[in-house]
Amino acid sequence: MPDYSWPPMEKRKLMGKRISRLDGPMKSTGRAKYPSDMNMPGLLYGMMLGSPHAHAKIKSVDDSAAKSMKGVTSVRWFKQPGAELQWAGMEIALVTAESEDIARDAVRAIKVDYEVLPHVVDEQNLAKVGTRAKAAGEVITGDPEQAFKDADTVVEASYGIPVITHCCLEPHGQVVSWQGDKVEFWPSTQAISTVGGDLAKGLEIPITNVHANMEYMGGGFGSKFPSDSWGVESAKASKESGGKPVKFFHNRADELTIAGVRPSAFAKIKLGAMKDGKITAWQSETWASGGFGGGGAPPMPYVFINIPNRRTNHSMVSLNTGPSRAWRAPNHPQASFLTCSALEDLAAKLRMDPTELFAKNADYTARAEVYRKQIAKGAEIIDWKKKWHQRGEGTGEIRRGLGMGIATWGGAGHASKCKVTINPDGTVEVEIGSQDIGTGTRTAITQVAAETFGLPMSAIKLKLGDNGYPASGPSGGSTTIGGVSTSTRKASVNALDKLLDAIAPGMGVPKDQLEAVDSRIQKKGDASKAITWKAATQKLGVQSISETGENVPAQAAKEGLNTLGVGGIQMAEVEVDLETGIVRMKKLVAVQDCGLVVNPKTAESQVFGACIMSVCSALMEERIMDSQTGRVLNADMEFYKLAGIGDIGEIIVHMDITPDHDKRGIVGLGEPCAIGGVAAIANAVANAIGVRVPMVPVTPNRVLAALESRRNA
Amino acid sequence: MQNFEYANPTTLQEALALLSADSAVLAGGTDLLSMMKDYTATPKRVVNIKGIKELGGISKTAAGLRIGASVTVDEIATNALVKAEYPSLAMAAMGIASPQIRNMGTVGGDLCQRPRCWYFRQGHGLLAVDQNGKPLVPNGENRYHAIFGGGPAYFVSPSSFGPALAALGAKVKLVSAKYGKREMGMEEFFVTPKNNITREIAAMPNELVTEIVIPSAKGAKNATYEVRHREAIDWPLATASVVLTMKGSSVVSAAIVMGHVAPTPWRSAAAEQAIAGKSVTAGTAEAAGAAAVADAKPLSQNAYKVQLAKVAVKRALLAAAGVKG
Repeated sequence: MPDYSWPPMEKRKLMGKRISRLDGPMKSTGRAKYPSDMNMPGLLYGMMLGSPHAHAKIKSVDDSAAKSMKGVTSVRWFKQPGAELQWAGMEIALVTAESEDIARDAVRAIKVDYEVLPHVVDEQNLAKVGTRAKAAGEVITGDPEQAFKDADTVVEASYGIPVITHCCLEPHGQVVSWQGDKVEFWPSTQAISTVGGDLAKGLEIPITNVHANMEYMGGGFGSKFPSDSWGVESAKASKESGGKPVKFFHNRADELTIAGVRPSAFAKIKLGAMKDGKITAWQSETWASGGFGGGGAPPMPYVFINIPNRRTNHSMVSLNTGPSRAWRAPNHPQASFLTCSALEDLAAKLRMDPTELFAKNADYTARAEVYRKQIAKGAEIIDWKKKWHQRGEGTGEIRRGLGMGIATWGGAGHASKCKVTINPDGTVEVEIGSQDIGTGTRTAITQVAAETFGLPMSAIKLKLGDNGYPASGPSGGSTTIGGVSTSTRKASVNALDKLLDAIAPGMGVPKDQLEAVDSRIQKKGDASKAITWKAATQKLGVQSISETGENVPAQAAKEGLNTLGVGGIQMAEVEVDLETGIVRMKKLVAVQDCGLVVNPKTAESQVFGACIMSVCSALMEERIMDSQTGRVLNADMEFYKLAGIGDIGEIIVHMDITPDHDKRGIVGLGEPCAIGGVAAIANAVANAIGVRVPMVPVTPNRVLAALESRRNA
Repeated sequence: MQNFEYANPTTLQEALALLSADSAVLAGGTDLLSMMKDYTATPKRVVNIKGIKELGGISKTAAGLRIGASVTVDEIATNALVKAEYPSLAMAAMGIASPQIRNMGTVGGDLCQRPRCWYFRQGHGLLAVDQNGKPLVPNGENRYHAIFGGGPAYFVSPSSFGPALAALGAKVKLVSAKYGKREMGMEEFFVTPKNNITREIAAMPNELVTEIVIPSAKGAKNATYEVRHREAIDWPLATASVVLTMKGSSVVSAAIVMGHVAPTPWRSAAAEQAIAGKSVTAGTAEAAGAAAVADAKPLSQNAYKVQLAKVAVKRALLAAAGVKG
């Protein structure tokens, strides 16, 4: 069997190098065509009617006026009379028409008679949601009651993090045409190899009848796996019109209302500890909502999973709000914020440096040494020893503070198949049913293939984003880089092996003593016994070589090309104006554990992006529901606040790239870096102003309220 | 967006003939277009006034500085005459932290834009009531709403320039086919509506704002301070514009107007009296700030804005006087 193992670190010419993403020029010049850029002759436009009520029953519908409008090609119903609508914005009908304007007017011409029913859209106060809360039941480990009695100190407080939305720059949607028994599908998706099958299921047709294609997409963050109800109805509308392509993308308001949210999380946490900061007891009552189906269960205690005496309970709350979808590290940012807030509060009560408290309790984690090293590294970068002060110390209107947060994630490679073809003219094609969701996947795959063949990246023609290529898993769970790199490596090694079979006899060198480097095939370490890559492939005559490679998750650990399990810490420095309650980011330091890093530049970019998302979530982002109307009040980019450049501050990313890390193989990075930042920032605010702001985002009203409550205490 | 007729006049005369109760005036379009997309504005005719030359330009006149209604926010922010004599206005312009909006938005548009109250924007009217006429703001999400005025209007005036112009004693000039030329101060221009059909400005739908005239500041020190959550574009949580007529280091008289705290720019005579006759120090500025908000009536979620308005007044005073806080 060929040797698939990664080339030794010191010998790599492309892997491990800071290579700019291949699609950068295409994207920055606007030449990259996203699904929402797709326009073609005969295109029809879809527009959706959503529920105006958070909870209602459809009594009757009348689409006669809409159907009779010139240019309207179909009115399709997601819901029939009698159906119950469980959130505002829920899909009711889809209109297609020859122009967007006609479709929009037709949507407005549809008449629906509703029976309005009572709704619940606010879960902050668990006592007020009644039967909407379902408790999982108490889980007890050890003897928490005794441990709290024996503890030197006990802290108890409440914390909360609200629902936020994915807020994808490119909204959810697709262009789709269904002609005869074939469906052409151009979705904005994180799952090109499975989304076609998902659509086929919805249409009740064979999977092989759906061809899905997507070169670029504008963000998903976990919310773009399925073909969705609007994909199914758009396809049916296309069929109704004789196969004309139908374009449907959500408007901004619907995108923020129904196309995915991250669940909230609230907690009452009690911690018991000894004087030296060693935690001995944990108690948490948590609740969360991700919409009507509940959703959201932060793993508690987060990271510090082996605290000996624990009592936990969690309730899921069903609300009449848009449904949750996976959001970059599902449940982890919330769990990290809740847990690390409690730890920081404990440190403050003990008058202890929180980095010492975190390090001291690292034994309760799955990777104590990793975290201790990371804490030391982060502290060095942010100059913690010099800058840290006891909670609330300082003078003047502007206060500075430091805080930290912690993260863990898996990140093993997903199932992935790849096909590599070496042509007699020397070109190399890589075909893989994966997708580049903006993370640099295209670039990484090309690096791996080029590295294996000893060729420049420009020699590799990569084809992805199509379900006609060998199937590769959805981009979720930080599984893509491990999966696609492994399958590409194996397919490339297999193809190279076949090429060497073909040329070794002619070169008079045994196959196992040949290597591919610098666009040559040569005797290992001896450039004098070499032929050029071009000359080598010419010997194939008229026959190309095509080989496949596969990452099988169950075997991956044994093979060692990709593994799982990382830790990360983040440290924040903030400045708070005590008079206005406005928090300004000074610095966010991310120390990220990782395995073999294929491309440090795009890897760092992942962390930068995650840090920016953390700033948004810590300081600004919040879906605001109106309890009276049951509607989202800020389903826009005006009051749904995201950070601008001036709000981000300095971000410093430290990736652990060492032989020790490298030998673990590749580990996914997309999610672990998106976890600890919220806690770090919230803790830095507490350190700066001397009091915990219990809810994020840490907005001026919450900071001023916290200061006021301390004055009154 | 509802279909509409588009008119592109090049003279004031033409424009006035085109305006009616069902028309809308288009200048920068930064507010109008989004309202039309949301169907909160459904004009039958849209009259673009950017082609009317006489509505542009900044010039010195005997009455003071004349600023044409279609002068952009960016022109205000960068104009040397404005920056020299009316820094409060230039500061207000820079508070609009989006170069795109500064380039497109106009002075007239800033004064005439509709409130950002989310209930209003979702079709509940200026007074934000449900289908039974029950007001939504007092028991609803009112973190960004008014702390002055006491209802039934709870939205805040979104104008960035209104408070500064009010403090500077500027006049706004209007013209219409029906009323001819009118001129009024800011306190008359901004109106607190008592019902859902009254507008929040005195201009009629068929009336055009043509220009602003700001009397000479005569050396009066002026400044605007804005409390904004984000550095990036964001609506202010509270602002204050102040004009100080000084004698030596002592304030002879002051004009103090807060923004984003009431349905109109909100002038505080109490704050003006508090600072009059005193020199501006951290202490006197703080006291003036406290006086400015003494009669605030916050709603269930916006008590923090009382503090922010107080700080805005204090910091605007210190900025105008050039005193470090």
